[in-house]
Amino acid sequence: MFAYIVRRLLNTIPIIFGIALIIFVLFNLVGGDPTYTMLGKHATAEQVAAVRAEYGFDQPQYVQFGHYLKQIVTFDYGRSYSSRQEISTMIARGIGPSLSLALPAFFITTFLAITIGLFVAYFRGRWIDRVVVVLCVFGMSLPMLAYILFGQYFFAYKLGWFPISGFEYGFPERINYIVLPAIIWIMVSLGYDVRFFRTAMVEETSQDYVRTARAKGLPERLVFFKHVLKNSMVPIVTNVVIEIPLLLLGAFLLEGFFGIPGIGSMTIDAIHNSDFPVIKAMTTLQALLFILGSLATDIIYTLVDPRVSLK
Amino acid sequence: MSQAAATQAQVPVQKVVGRSLLNDAIRRLKRDRVAVLCAWVIVAYALLALLTQFKLIAYPWDVPVTGSYAPPSFDSIKTIMGGDIFGRSVFYKVLHGTRVSMSVGLVSSLIAIPIGVFMGSVAGYFGGWVDDLVVWFYTTLSSVPDIMLLVAITFVLGKGLTAIYVALGITSWIGLARVIRGEFIKHKSREYVIAADSLGATHASRIFRHILPNVSHFVIINLSIQFMSAIKSEVILSYLGLGVQGQPSWGIMIDDAKLELSRGVWWQLAGATTAMFIIILAFNILGDALRDALDPKIK
Repeated sequence: MFAYIVRRLLNTIPIIFGIALIIFVLFNLVGGDPTYTMLGKHATAEQVAAVRAEYGFDQPQYVQFGHYLKQIVTFDYGRSYSSRQEISTMIARGIGPSLSLALPAFFITTFLAITIGLFVAYFRGRWIDRVVVVLCVFGMSLPMLAYILFGQYFFAYKLGWFPISGFEYGFPERINYIVLPAIIWIMVSLGYDVRFFRTAMVEETSQDYVRTARAKGLPERLVFFKHVLKNSMVPIVTNVVIEIPLLLLGAFLLEGFFGIPGIGSMTIDAIHNSDFPVIKAMTTLQALLFILGSLATDIIYTLVDPRVSLK
Repeated sequence: MSQAAATQAQVPVQKVVGRSLLNDAIRRLKRDRVAVLCAWVIVAYALLALLTQFKLIAYPWDVPVTGSYAPPSFDSIKTIMGGDIFGRSVFYKVLHGTRVSMSVGLVSSLIAIPIGVFMGSVAGYFGGWVDDLVVWFYTTLSSVPDIMLLVAITFVLGKGLTAIYVALGITSWIGLARVIRGEFIKHKSREYVIAADSLGATHASRIFRHILPNVSHFVIINLSIQFMSAIKSEVILSYLGLGVQGQPSWGIMIDDAKLELSRGVWWQLAGATTAMFIIILAFNILGDALRDALDPKIK
């Protein structure tokens, strides 16, 4: 087990290196010198020289790449171009607001999706199952922006039940600002999740052991809730775990629309301001968190499913 | 008697037709009325996109046809979805958005499918270090979040439709490559491939002439997912200001709507959202039906 974890950890090193390489190639080599994108067309020679010196664009490529690798290891991504703040400070400040939206929304979604998925998988093929599947497909087909705009317009602007946008850092106060975006998050992801969990459970019911359990005379309820449920937890758990690290980054469209000062809206601002250092840092961070998620998933997979070999 | 002879003569022909996976799939698809309807919806969108492209309908879109923010009226086809801030026809803009979305789906698929098929088949067929390299490459690429990759590429290539085609094309081949690689690993040791080998078929011939036709239905299944995610991504990119420039698109219309809603102008949002909802729904349902019809596992 321990050897497996170590081997798995070592496996991620070439992947992290690959990520660094791709991002570096995209931003530094193919993109060329971003100084003009950051400064605009009317920059003076001194400004250009100052920006180049600060971000190291005047150095040879391999020095820049080394510098970037060092940034990844030390989590020190330098300063934002537009706000002049330390990027690590900006991230640290954004995590709180992002998580206060992402965590409740994610856990409620997962809980609801598993419950509904279980329920309809038990009644698979009957009308209730069909209705839920149709609703899921409809829900998945609506663009997220439409959910956001409609929700904000109707519930916040027309009915006035929630603030249209904004955020307060105090604890009970912030709930007020979180509720509506959280509901929209749940609405958006529920369709996809329910369908995924339902499929995972329904697929499990065609396994041989289910036939065996039925053949030896177990009642359907016992077959489903004892045998099928336990086994379908494997794809479910892995699907849930891989998303957890990404929650740190929040949902950037929701944060942007509702004015939540999290990492998501920080990223949107950076895109609008062509703030290359921030965009690069956010891209790197997301990729690293994804790697972390799949690492955790693999390890948990071996813990929950003894059939998985550690080779 | 002659009738019996005629039926007998037809039997072998029918058998051959009935055995083909594609024919079988088409027959199963036709039985699914909803899927057939969805296929027609997609054909209709494609036709509208083509007609708009060749300026046969909805041309010109950028001249005022009604008052600023005129609500929808049934006076003429141009005003059926109302007017935007400059009094331009929202209906025409929706049609141009259809053209942009369909072209993004098509061109990005044309870029992604060859890459995905090639990477997947080479990795699955040769195994060893080739496989390691391809898997390393797509694991790395898929770890970078799609949206950030798209943002980075559009920054690099400049804003506009071309950047979107390329960005979506080179980020969306990974799913297909994974599937094709898995299928190649299964197929490469089957009898028919070994037979081809013993007859002296080259690697290229075994990959492209023998195995690929047997796994090509996964390309069709993947196509609907590809189209769908391309349309969705185009809308988000346009919303972020990285999308098409100087022409209407659903993403830009939805983006405009965030300022219009508080004035009670809902038609631009409604038009773009409905158009997008219908096509995504059609691809969703058709994609599922295709998977059921083409995947021999659940026969």
